[in-house]
Amino acid sequence: MSALSLPARRRRIRLPRAVAADWGGRIGAVLLAFILLVAILGPLFAPHDTTTPIGIPGAGPSSSAPFGLDFLGRDVLSRVLSGGRSTLLLGGAATALTYLVGITVGLVAGYARSIADPLLMRTVDVFLSFPALLVMLLFVTAFGGGPGVLVGAAAIVLFPGVARIVRTATLEASTRGYVEAAVARGERTANVLRREILPNIAPSIVADLGIRFSWSIILIASVNYLGLGLRPPTADWGLMVSENREIVSTNPLSLLAPAAILALLIIAVNLVGDAYVRQRARSGDLT
Amino acid sequence: MVVVPDAVVPTPEAEPRRFRAARKHPIAGFVARRVATGIVTLFVVSILIFLATNILPGNAVTVILGRSATPAVVHRLERQLNIDKSVPARYFSWLGGAVHGDFGKSVVAEVESKPNTAVSSTLGDPLRNSFVLAALTTALLIPLTLLLGAVAGIKAGRAADHVISFPALVMGGLPEFVTGTILIYVFFNKLGLLPPVALLSPGESPFSNLKALVLPVLTLLAVAAGAGVRQVRAGMAETLQQDYIHFARLNGVRERRVIWRYALRNALAPSVQIIAQNLQYLVGGIIIVESVFAYPGIGTYLVNAVTSRDVIEVQAAAVILAALYIAINLLADLIVVFLVPKLRTGMR
Repeated sequence: MSALSLPARRRRIRLPRAVAADWGGRIGAVLLAFILLVAILGPLFAPHDTTTPIGIPGAGPSSSAPFGLDFLGRDVLSRVLSGGRSTLLLGGAATALTYLVGITVGLVAGYARSIADPLLMRTVDVFLSFPALLVMLLFVTAFGGGPGVLVGAAAIVLFPGVARIVRTATLEASTRGYVEAAVARGERTANVLRREILPNIAPSIVADLGIRFSWSIILIASVNYLGLGLRPPTADWGLMVSENREIVSTNPLSLLAPAAILALLIIAVNLVGDAYVRQRARSGDLT
Repeated sequence: MVVVPDAVVPTPEAEPRRFRAARKHPIAGFVARRVATGIVTLFVVSILIFLATNILPGNAVTVILGRSATPAVVHRLERQLNIDKSVPARYFSWLGGAVHGDFGKSVVAEVESKPNTAVSSTLGDPLRNSFVLAALTTALLIPLTLLLGAVAGIKAGRAADHVISFPALVMGGLPEFVTGTILIYVFFNKLGLLPPVALLSPGESPFSNLKALVLPVLTLLAVAAGAGVRQVRAGMAETLQQDYIHFARLNGVRERRVIWRYALRNALAPSVQIIAQNLQYLVGGIIIVESVFAYPGIGTYLVNAVTSRDVIEVQAAAVILAALYIAINLLADLIVVFLVPKLRTGMR
C-alpha cells in the first residue's frame, strides 16, 4: 500500500459472498453444507441402532445394510450417519475455546505495556515447543480421554497461533487515532479492547479460522483413532477407522466410509477457508 | 591439551580489539542467546511433562495393579520405583538421571516383575527405527517439496500449478491415519503389492524389510509435502512479482536465467524454515503413522505407554520427542541466520 492511502475504513467482506467468489469456495461450501446436514440430521435417518449387532461381524453390503456391518456386526451406515455429531461438536468447541483463549491472551499481551506482555508471550512460546499430538497424549495421560479433555488439549495446542496474531494486530491498532481518542474520552480498558480494537482486527483473526477448525477435527480424530479418546461403543468417525481395521478384507466400507467422510469434511473446510483468504488478498485487504 | 593463542593474552592493545570483534559479530551473541533459550525452554517443557505424568489421581502403581492390590505390594513397588517421595524431589532425581540417559524404571515391567526394568534399555531400538523412518522420509521430502513448489510457483495460475496445488491442498490437510488407511486399502487389499504393516521382530534392522517401509514413508510424505509445497509455491510466486524480476525481463535477460539466477535463489532462502517445519512435523507425525502401520518406533512406544498408563515410559518418550522438536527449531534458526545475511542486521 502506498504512503498516501488514507486510514479509511476497510471494505468489509461478507463471508458468504467471499466464499462464493470462485469455484474452490463454491465446491467447498456445498460439500461442507452437505456434511453438516449429514452430521446434524443423520442420526434421524439412521435405519438401525448404532450399538446393537444386527448380523455377522464384517458382513458385506446388503439390502438392509447398504454399507455392510462392522467388526461387531453393527450397521455401518447408521454409525456413519451418527458419528459426525461428536466430530463436529468437539471440533467446534475446541475451535471456540482456542479463539476465546487466544484472543484474550493476545489482546492483553498486545495492549498491556507491562510485564504481562513478555510473561504471556514466553508462556505461549513454551506451548509452541511441543509437537501437537504429544500435547494431546500428555493430556490424555494426565486426565483421561473424556470429551472435555480432548477439547481442552486441542485448544492448548492451537491457541498460541491465535494469540501471536492477535497480539501483533493489537500492537499495531493501539497506536491508531480512534484508540487514542477512546482512551482520551476516559473509556475503560475493557471497552477499548472490545469495542475499538477487536472489531478492527477481526478480519486478520478470521482468516485462518478454517485451518484451525480442521486442525481441531484432525487432532481429536487422531486421538480417537489411537483408541485413547472417546470410548466404544460411541460412533465416531476417527474411532471407526481403527476399530474396523481387522475386517478391511471382508467389508472395506466399514473403515473407508468414515475415513472418506472425515476426509471430505476437512477438504471442504480447507477449500472454504482458502477461498476466503484468496478473496481478501484480491480486494487488497491485507492486514 | 589447551593451546592458548597469542591474541587471548590480555595485552593493553588486545582488549579493545576483542570488543570490536564482538561488535562485528553479533551473530555469536545471537547463537549464544538462541542456544540458551532452547535449553531454558527444554527445562520448562520437562517440568510440564513431569507434572502431566504425575497428575494422575491415585498413583501409577495402583492404576496398573487395579483395586485388588494389597497395600503391602503397592508400598513395596512404590519404594522400588522411587515414587513415594514428594513431586519436586522426584522431579530433580528424575532430571538428574535423564541428563545421563537414565529415565528410571518402567512401572509396568516392575509390576510384572520382569528381570530388566530400566526404561533406557528399551528406548534404543524404537529410537533407531524411528530415525530410519524419518531419515528416509526427509531424504525424499526435501527435493520433492522444493521441486514441486518451485514448478507450481513458476507456473502460477496455469495448468501445471493446478495439477500440483490441488492435490497438495488435499493431501496436506488430511489426517495421517486417513491417508495411511486409504494407502493400505489400495496397495495391499486391492493391488496386493505392499504389506499393510511394518512389524519388526526385536533387534531386527528396519533395512531388512524395506518394502514394509514404503507405505509409512508415503503417508508421511503425502502430508508433509502437501503442506510444504504450498508454502514454497507461495514464496516463488511472490518473488516472481518483484520489481527486480520485471527489470531483468525488461532488460532482455533470458527467462531461464531470470528463474535460475534471480528468482530461485531468493525464493528458496525461506525454504530452510519450511523444511524445518516439515522436520518438526515429522517428530509429531511419526507418532500416529507408526501406530497405523504397527512400526516399532518411538511413536508406537509412546502410544503403548499411554495406553498401559506407564507414566515413566511416557515421560521418557515425551522428553525425547520434545527435545528433538526444540533442537530442530533451534538449528533452523541458526542455519537461516548463516544463509541470509540480511537477518544479521539489528541483531544485538
